[in-house]
Amino acid sequence: MSSNYGRIAKDGIWDNNIVFAQTLGLCPLLAVTGTASNGLGMGLASTVVMIASGLLISLFRGIITPQVRIPVFVLIIAVLVTLVDMFMNAWVHDLHKVLGLFIPLIVTNCAILGRAESFASRNNMLPSLFDGLMMGAGFTLVLVLLGAAREVLGSGTLFANAAMLLGSWASFMELILIQDYKGFLLIILPPGGFIVLGFLLAGKRFVDRVLDERKRLASKPEDSAAAEPT
Amino acid sequence: MGTPVEPQYRKRIGYQAMLLGGFSILATVMLVAGNMATKDVILERQKEDLLASLEEVVPAEHYDNNLLDNPLQLERATGDPITIYRGTRGKQVSAMAYEMSSQGYAGEIRLIMGLDAQGKVLGVRVLSHAETPGLGDKIEVRKDDWILDFNGLSLGNPPREKWKVKKDGGQFDAFSGATITPRAVLKAIENGLVFYKENSAALLQPPVTNTDTVARSGVNNDE
Repeated sequence: MSSNYGRIAKDGIWDNNIVFAQTLGLCPLLAVTGTASNGLGMGLASTVVMIASGLLISLFRGIITPQVRIPVFVLIIAVLVTLVDMFMNAWVHDLHKVLGLFIPLIVTNCAILGRAESFASRNNMLPSLFDGLMMGAGFTLVLVLLGAAREVLGSGTLFANAAMLLGSWASFMELILIQDYKGFLLIILPPGGFIVLGFLLAGKRFVDRVLDERKRLASKPEDSAAAEPT
Repeated sequence: MGTPVEPQYRKRIGYQAMLLGGFSILATVMLVAGNMATKDVILERQKEDLLASLEEVVPAEHYDNNLLDNPLQLERATGDPITIYRGTRGKQVSAMAYEMSSQGYAGEIRLIMGLDAQGKVLGVRVLSHAETPGLGDKIEVRKDDWILDFNGLSLGNPPREKWKVKKDGGQFDAFSGATITPRAVLKAIENGLVFYKENSAALLQPPVTNTDTVARSGVNNDE
């Protein structure tokens, strides 16, 4: 029952990251990360749904019994995704044209159900809301990283079509890194997603190990210093 | 663990059923409300989208009406219905646009093509496709201007046997690594031009209030 916000943030972004640590949500992950912009859009839409589902489920957790919790959670998440889809279609239509394809995919993201089950159903409203935000941010981070890596390797651009997602001010983000690049098909196709994801996961492990090592080294001199006088 | 003790009534089947039923009703109410709030706006947006894609394939100087007025319903060679949006000038049909589709590398490619009254291509745009990103998606005008090569062509220009990608002995470029996609687009455009040729009498019939019946008899006369 952690209501420690720093811990929640660290869990969401790094330690217990949906993809890095839990390896959940791979279906939407691999489907949309052909470009960094798509990854960003999918990440943002997923974050909205995670925040709203965390909020609603923590609100209703008092009356939901363990026996029927799964169908109730699924129902709530499905309704939320459908509503987000409809609202975006009506009021941010241009954004919906880019993301519309991916929004139903959010339902297939078991991470949302996972957070509902393991966090929102056991915590109060505010921590649940914050958890949704942080888990969503962590998911978005991975989507953008993976999208950017695949986009650079696969098509030689970065944040192509960002302006369609964020408005014309974002066009400065659209870079062509490699002129006349012929494209690397494998990276753009789903198997490439798995390969790049594998490297990202390995990279995360490596960073964790280096950090651990540093921590150990940092604490060692103190130990030996403390041991010396005896 | 800190799990609170459950009250007895919550273990009953009745409570569970009520709970599930209650949430289903709540979900239904939310969805119906959401649908009612957004339905008209979404329809409006879709109409704008349609008009926008029509305006892309039929340049404004070719008509002076609203392209969405009096759409014409005909049948394709396959028997499926097809909707033709017509641009008129004076009472005469001066341009038209309709959808064609064909099977691409990964699923259906839908495109909309605009023709003038002589059957010359004014513009072609891909509406939806599921082709490989970075390869086949160069048929989208915002990724590549390949699709603009079709402007000004018609069924006899180039001759039928040249309506192929270069690899198949025709005159059209394909993208490196993707031949099936341009082939499919070519096929769809060619079919669209054949459709024009076979139905030109009906297509050029000036729209009147009860357009549909007049147009249909036009087809029959032609056959």
